[in-house]
Amino acid sequence: MVDIKKKANELLAANAVQVVIGFEEGTSGKSRAIFAQDAAGVDKLIFNSQCVLNLAVYLTKHEIKKLGKPAIIAPLPVMRAIIQLASEFQIKESEMAVLGVSPEGKLVEFQTFAAIESYLKDFKIAMDEKEKEILAKISNMSLSERFDFWMQELGECFKCYACRAACPMCYCHKCAVEQNKPQWIPVAANNLGNLEWHAMRAMHLAGRCVNCDACHNACPKGIPLNFLTKLMMVDAKEIFGQDGPSLKDGHLLSTFKPNDKENFIR
Amino acid sequence: MTEFEPKIVAFVCNWCTYAGADLTGTSRIKYATNVKLVRFPCTGRIDFMLLLKAFGEGADGIIISGCHPNDCHYTSGNFHARRRWIMFRGLLNFLGIDTRRIQFSWVSAAEGGKWADIVNSTVKSVRELGPYNDYKKVADFLETEVTNG
Repeated sequence: MVDIKKKANELLAANAVQVVIGFEEGTSGKSRAIFAQDAAGVDKLIFNSQCVLNLAVYLTKHEIKKLGKPAIIAPLPVMRAIIQLASEFQIKESEMAVLGVSPEGKLVEFQTFAAIESYLKDFKIAMDEKEKEILAKISNMSLSERFDFWMQELGECFKCYACRAACPMCYCHKCAVEQNKPQWIPVAANNLGNLEWHAMRAMHLAGRCVNCDACHNACPKGIPLNFLTKLMMVDAKEIFGQDGPSLKDGHLLSTFKPNDKENFIR
Repeated sequence: MTEFEPKIVAFVCNWCTYAGADLTGTSRIKYATNVKLVRFPCTGRIDFMLLLKAFGEGADGIIISGCHPNDCHYTSGNFHARRRWIMFRGLLNFLGIDTRRIQFSWVSAAEGGKWADIVNSTVKSVRELGPYNDYKKVADFLETEVTNG
């Protein structure tokens, strides 16, 4: 953490960046984002296991862009999100500095996005045993059990859209859920609207989710909605061989191969 | 009590399946009347949300059909659609939505007979599955809910 703070101060002092996006101590043992613009702000920076937000979400917010060129404290999920955002032409490497944090908590500096991408080759997205177990448990339920399970879980949702706000990939200025001509998703937090919202959210993240679990961590009800996107991730890997974000490969659903395999179309 | 008549919505592309369904009619081939066709410019234009909307509005089954691979009027719309369906079908299944009620197919403008066969077999299989009560229960929530704050 010391070297990260030192580097952040250097960048701010040299006016190479105008703001450092990182974590500070929040209330009740939680962490929250801080946008440090001077040495006093940098001094508040922390990094620990409570830092579960994906800071990359702020890179596309216009309020943050107004603060000037950012430096972002980037653990692995943030690096992955940066690569995905760059591949979608949402951010440019000339417009930010990335202060990478290795899994051991050491500062890793990157000059280019390509360098981040090659660094990530050693840290492929992987689910731990517990997550695999939950995914298998849901997949092995019978159809009606699974429907009831999701109805019960999604029934908790009251449509605060914290999952959307926390997700670095949900950067649309106008989300389909706010469209009312036509009204795609019922406004009320009823089962139908919740199901449609979460199905749409998962589908819009197909092949884009970087498995940071920020959506689940942001959910006030603790709905396991991250498993919907995890499934999309597993499918994308198993069926189309997509393994993590990439600057060069096309996007899952906007590219195709003439020999894509399926077994359900007559 | 009358026999259950499934409601089937068919999302079809203008250039192949819609023309194919037209050929079924002009060829005087009889097929089940349970199906309502919705014509799209291309299968690539069919939003996945429309499937959920169809179930939400009371459909018991859905047919989605377009040009065979390599036959797309817009060269690649059906290839894109195929990827989307592969991903979406997996998601629906994971959510516990019955994918047996959704029939995907390629029907060209020359395959009037195949269209009749697709419709008849889908109506038959959905008839066996019965009305989609699980989803209807969820969809009816809107009407039965008491919204007084």
